Amino acid sequence: MNNAGQAYEVVIGLEVHAQLLTKSKMFCACGADFGLPANTQTCPVCLGMPGTLPVINRTAVEMAVRAGLALNCAIRSKNRFARKNYFYPDLPKGYQISQYEAPICENGVVEVAVGDSRKPIRVRRAHLEEDAGKNVHDGDNRAVSLVDLNRAGTPLLEIVTEPDMRSADEVVAYLKMLRDILMYLDVCDGNMEQGSLRCEPNLSLRPVGQQAFGTKVELKNINSFKFVKDAIEYEIKRQTKVLNGGGKIQQETRLWNVDKGVTATMRSKEEAHDYRYFPDPDLVPLDLAQDWIDALRMALPELPEARQKRFVTDYGLPDYDAGVLTTSKALADYFEACVTLHNQPKTVSNWVMGELLRELNNAGCSAASSPVSPERLVSLLQLVDKGTISLKVARDIFPELYASGKSPEQIVQAKGLTQVSDEGALEKVIGEVMAKNPAQVAQYRSGKDTVLGFFVGQVMKASGGKANPGKVNELLKKKLAG
Amino acid sequence: MSLHKLTLRELSDTFGKGEVTAAEIVRAYTLRINQVEPKVKAYISQVKEAAMAQAEALDQKLKGWRRTMPLMGMPLAIKDNICTQGVLTTCASRMLATFVPPYDATAIARLRGQSYLLLGKTNLDEFAMGSSTENSAFGPSRNPWNLGAVPGGSSGGSAAAVAADECVVALGSDTGGSIRQPAACCGVVGLKPTYGRVSRYGLVAFASSLDQIGPITKDVADAAMLLNVIAGHDAWDSTSANLPVPDYTKALKKKDVKKLRIGVPREYFAEGLDPEVEQAVMAAVEELKTLGGEIKDVALPTTDAAVATYYLIATAEASSNLARYDGVKYGLRSKQSHTLLEMYMKTRQEGFGPEVKRRIMLGTYALSAGYYDAYYAKAQAARTLIRRDFEAAFREVDLIVTPVMPTPAFKLGEKSEDPLQMYLSDIYTISVNLAGNPAISIPCGFSKAGLPIGLQLIGRPFEEETVLRGAYAYEQATDWHKKRSAVR
Repeated sequence: MNNAGQAYEVVIGLEVHAQLLTKSKMFCACGADFGLPANTQTCPVCLGMPGTLPVINRTAVEMAVRAGLALNCAIRSKNRFARKNYFYPDLPKGYQISQYEAPICENGVVEVAVGDSRKPIRVRRAHLEEDAGKNVHDGDNRAVSLVDLNRAGTPLLEIVTEPDMRSADEVVAYLKMLRDILMYLDVCDGNMEQGSLRCEPNLSLRPVGQQAFGTKVELKNINSFKFVKDAIEYEIKRQTKVLNGGGKIQQETRLWNVDKGVTATMRSKEEAHDYRYFPDPDLVPLDLAQDWIDALRMALPELPEARQKRFVTDYGLPDYDAGVLTTSKALADYFEACVTLHNQPKTVSNWVMGELLRELNNAGCSAASSPVSPERLVSLLQLVDKGTISLKVARDIFPELYASGKSPEQIVQAKGLTQVSDEGALEKVIGEVMAKNPAQVAQYRSGKDTVLGFFVGQVMKASGGKANPGKVNELLKKKLAG
Repeated sequence: MSLHKLTLRELSDTFGKGEVTAAEIVRAYTLRINQVEPKVKAYISQVKEAAMAQAEALDQKLKGWRRTMPLMGMPLAIKDNICTQGVLTTCASRMLATFVPPYDATAIARLRGQSYLLLGKTNLDEFAMGSSTENSAFGPSRNPWNLGAVPGGSSGGSAAAVAADECVVALGSDTGGSIRQPAACCGVVGLKPTYGRVSRYGLVAFASSLDQIGPITKDVADAAMLLNVIAGHDAWDSTSANLPVPDYTKALKKKDVKKLRIGVPREYFAEGLDPEVEQAVMAAVEELKTLGGEIKDVALPTTDAAVATYYLIATAEASSNLARYDGVKYGLRSKQSHTLLEMYMKTRQEGFGPEVKRRIMLGTYALSAGYYDAYYAKAQAARTLIRRDFEAAFREVDLIVTPVMPTPAFKLGEKSEDPLQMYLSDIYTISVNLAGNPAISIPCGFSKAGLPIGLQLIGRPFEEETVLRGAYAYEQATDWHKKRSAVR
């Protein structure tokens, strides 16, 4: 059978593993840091030694509840841990402690912006679990595999959506929104390259108009927003081709191959594990006090969506500006710190989104650690306002301001960039420019007002950009009028 | 003075008064162990030299000072599934034949805090799975009363060591009767505390929701003394109860059971109970009546379901608990393997004995997709019913009295080919683990063949004091506990 030409709709759900920013691991007192020498961040508990027992990390539970509340989930006060049983060398106990029947967060929803509209993505559940270690196969002796258990037992929040997304762009929008929220809450650093935020889309196609879902494929090994988009778009093309050729999609897990830009089978449904989940008898079920949950809810910071709305209503910013400024908590905090000192929100927004963000992005730096403090940026803007320097000069010196650590005043003074507003000095320059361009003077005087722009440009050029453009305009009109 | 014949209380008093040094105690026990151990085989490993060094250091430190802590200088044997820092902890398995834990179990840390002396680690059924200590990778232990009989299990080594005076007291662990049943076989006292009373941290898990560490001693007062040291909340064990710990020795002031209502469950005196055992237990019930107890019939109607329930829950948990023995991190790794899967399979094939394999398979099956509801979930529901039976019964009575085991100790090899018969030897003890209550086994007579018979007293959760009081009253009125095995 050939289905060439059939149009398909893609249906995507997402599993995200977010590593929680706790100081210690999920069930023991070991640190949860990244990049230490192999197996130096371990103890008998996370090594799964005989007779050792897990103890739940309270901060991890708190972070899970806060994330759940931010994702508009119901918090299940009575939740419990379960064992997921499978053998793998990076899994020291032969089971992972996770949550199964009774996850801590359920039934949430987040709204993401898709084009001009907003779309709700439902969160089915978010549950706590411990991470596994890492197997290392590329040592000097390739006949030997090594196991590093530094990461074993670090806390993860697994956040699972309903199959609500219909394009790679929607997935990226959701993922960015989720990452922003987790970072706003300080529960995850959002670093996809280091694996502290990992996403696994599951994806199926169905003929447009069909209700029933197609056979789904799970994608793994995706560690950047770009790869999310690439992998999904590749997989849509691959599945379309299979279906149009009359083939069937196999239920399987596929790995994204970054170098080749393709997905390839990792394991088929037949090879899938029977995890034999059962409640972990080493841990008593959690029973979270409603007061505690309520207190955490009260203490939640303003989330990106609400902050974006507030930026529009309180500061009169365009939607676009509010969206850019609230992509990270640090950037939004930076903006608000500036506005507190200098109540011209749109001007500040232009500078933060323009000059500042460009430098920050080039340096791969967060607004929280910007070398130009809000105070410095505001003093630069105030130099423009007072007419001490022109807007052009301000823009020109920004890279130096960012790189040097000097104050705007120091730079302006050292370079002699103070704006010329002195009428005598400006009249002299105007006189010279007029003398050099008698034809244009004649044009102006015969009624061709547009030539004024030419004169402003020439005067500014002659003054090395230091002339006050407002004053130049005013004086030019007077002089040209004769 | 034959130090090895003393009870813990007597030896502790003697040491406390300075009448004997720790070194003299270790010397006496070394002599005794050297005499009888070749016959009894209670220990897997002995650390008498280390004990002597510790004893000498302790004596040195104590010069001119009073000995204040009750377990100080006391020579103990510890079941070899309880982790002892720096000392081999094998679980009687080839899998852990070379395993030396870098940490102490919490119960051991508390003993160490009192400067106890460790004589050695005692034999058990591999990973505590069994009722005769025959499932040990290092060979069976013997019953000191009759070297042709089993000492019971799984804490058979600890019970035999106490019965043969090879230690003053011992620790065992009890998942389905593994303290009480060998105590009954060996004519000593064995106490399974309430689940959560003693920390499980460092007890190598068999079935996490059932396991509990407890004392095996020569008499009831010693059990109370030892429980005082090991009981209490532990932040390292989430299932340990955060409740105050009473001084259990104070429960022994009364030598009667006046005003105590004592229940006798008819379901425990049905088919399969050896007449000699029944007679001894019923005589004990009469004695308790004489001591002022009000004897009542009680019903535990779900008793029938206990063995099936237990062997589903315990094996399910075991199948997961024993997954960590994979050859990757510690213990045995098969030298015959070339791939990962081969390493797993051959390591576990070579490392585990037949009973452990049987239980891992049973448990894996019970948890498998499609079988979970019919087996594991059903067993959990039955467990709730069993617990409710006890709750209902304990609204009527303060103690429940039963046999510990259907028969006296059986012969070595008699049941080792028939797992189901072996499982039935725990029929009177496993319900207590499923319900979580405390229970004690104390001697209450002998068979015609001269083997000890045990009496079980079960109490409400965290009412070990009532259990100890009842046991102590009975013990004071009888001489069974004074009879010692003839092994020399």
